[in-house]
Amino acid sequence: MAEQLSVFLQNESGKIASVASLLAAGGIDIRALSIADTKDFGVLRMLVSDARRAQTLLREAHCIVSVTEVTVVAVPDAPGGLARLLTLLSEAQVNIEYMYSLIGHAAGRAYMVFRVSEETKLLALLRENGLSVVSGEELGLR
Amino acid sequence: MARYYQPEIETAPREAIRALQGQRLAATVRRVYDRVPFYRNRMQALGLTPEDVRTVDDLHKLPFSCKQDLRDTYPYGLFAVPLRDVVRLHASSGTTGKQIVTGYTKRDLDLWADCCARALTAAGCDETDVVHVSYGYGLFTGGLGADAGAIRLGATTVPVSSGNTQRQITILRDFGSTILCCTPSYALHLAETLYASGCTRDDISLKAGLFGAEPWTNQMRRQLEELLGIRAYDIYGLTEIIGPGVAFECSEQAGMHVNEDHFIVEVIDPDTGEVLPEGQQGELVFSCITKEAFPILRYRTRDIGTISHGTCACGRTLTRMSKPRGRTDDMLIIRGVNVFPSQIETVLLEQGYTANYRIVVDRENNFDSIEVQVEISNEIFSDTVRGLTEKEKALEEALKSLLGVAARVRLLEPNTIACSTGKAVRVVDRRRLLD
Repeated sequence: MAEQLSVFLQNESGKIASVASLLAAGGIDIRALSIADTKDFGVLRMLVSDARRAQTLLREAHCIVSVTEVTVVAVPDAPGGLARLLTLLSEAQVNIEYMYSLIGHAAGRAYMVFRVSEETKLLALLRENGLSVVSGEELGLR
Repeated sequence: MARYYQPEIETAPREAIRALQGQRLAATVRRVYDRVPFYRNRMQALGLTPEDVRTVDDLHKLPFSCKQDLRDTYPYGLFAVPLRDVVRLHASSGTTGKQIVTGYTKRDLDLWADCCARALTAAGCDETDVVHVSYGYGLFTGGLGADAGAIRLGATTVPVSSGNTQRQITILRDFGSTILCCTPSYALHLAETLYASGCTRDDISLKAGLFGAEPWTNQMRRQLEELLGIRAYDIYGLTEIIGPGVAFECSEQAGMHVNEDHFIVEVIDPDTGEVLPEGQQGELVFSCITKEAFPILRYRTRDIGTISHGTCACGRTLTRMSKPRGRTDDMLIIRGVNVFPSQIETVLLEQGYTANYRIVVDRENNFDSIEVQVEISNEIFSDTVRGLTEKEKALEEALKSLLGVAARVRLLEPNTIACSTGKAVRVVDRRRLLD
């Protein structure tokens, strides 16, 4: 499990740059990033080196921020690695709210970040199928 | 703690108030007829002489005055005394047109201080309180008006004026201010900044706030009361009449008591000018019956409200006016439906949003569109797009069911809508650009 930082952004140019700059100024490293957007707004989701400190920093700058628990799964870094995992989830009817991949990986493993509707079901499924959940600490996140 | 500042007036029998008003009105009409060509010409055009106005019942015979009259006679055309007797000028910023100016004699400043002292007393203030005044000091009447009232009461007055919110918070905390006077939107901004900077309610000693100069809702009252741990009172006034203190709320928070020994209030139908009976909603009209320098008569405020004459549970007999529901010039007509910004504010606050919002009206393909832009808070935020879209949709549905017209909702980041130190700009009507 890892703590993810979610930031509300108006759909305007320069918005992501200003968030990234604030994190940079605070010496916070971004390890994974994804954006979901509509015509008017977007949600920027990130795994950063220190989610709680990043939240405080961004809130001081009047950003709308929340910290959410997400599941990071290590999948074999080979063709079909992700497909197999997603098929398992689909068959078990675990609904994915969102997912994205993590920058950088250990040899032979790729990391996927998941937020799902039924987390306990996901964890059981991963255990049964020998897939490992990666903790924030293992990824160097606080 | 005194309940009233001037009980002999504030709790006088209705007949006594009306009799006093009649005498003062007749004297004022006589004076402006003799001294101000504007009033004399208007009255003569209607075949009126000062003898025709002897009691409050004759008031309706007099012509109305409006903001345009102040502009047309700018700067001193409506003054009823020579400038050597005027000790103070105030001006209204003129955000909606050319600025207007009003004047005060020493006696005018004196009675104004009384009006504000009554308002402060009704909010529980006395000489032991520390009154933090964040209204702007200067040509705007808010700062100096509240200041004069607080000094008149003998309270410790802190003339902070507007702006520099961080410093305001330091002063609130260090000086132990117990009463806050400012616009409701600025009070909200102060509260938000206070909590953002890590303070808690226990760091401040505020017990009451007097908020005015812009319309606000009861939902916003509850929000301010909760955030700041205070009781929030409305105070009404406008530069053309005197400034803050024309009317004020008491502990009952059930309408604002008009200082009727100085001002007569009427409610009229804004279209026909006909005087409406007690309880009916219409445009508020005020006449000044004691002011020397600028005794404007039957001034149309553009504020929409109601009045009631019954004795209040607080013991005051002074007529109460409702919180203005909106302004005749704020009222938006969207696809033929009357919409007041205050209605939209009510929905926003009920749904847990902030009062930092803006209403943008436009016309697309000859069809009016209304967009409500509101700043999102950490409490409202959901980290999924679906969650946020559902919130937008819920708000759109609530707005539609209340207003009767569909409005689009747009969520904004905080501090996007400039938080005013003066009056908040709530409505952007782009349709006017097309005229």
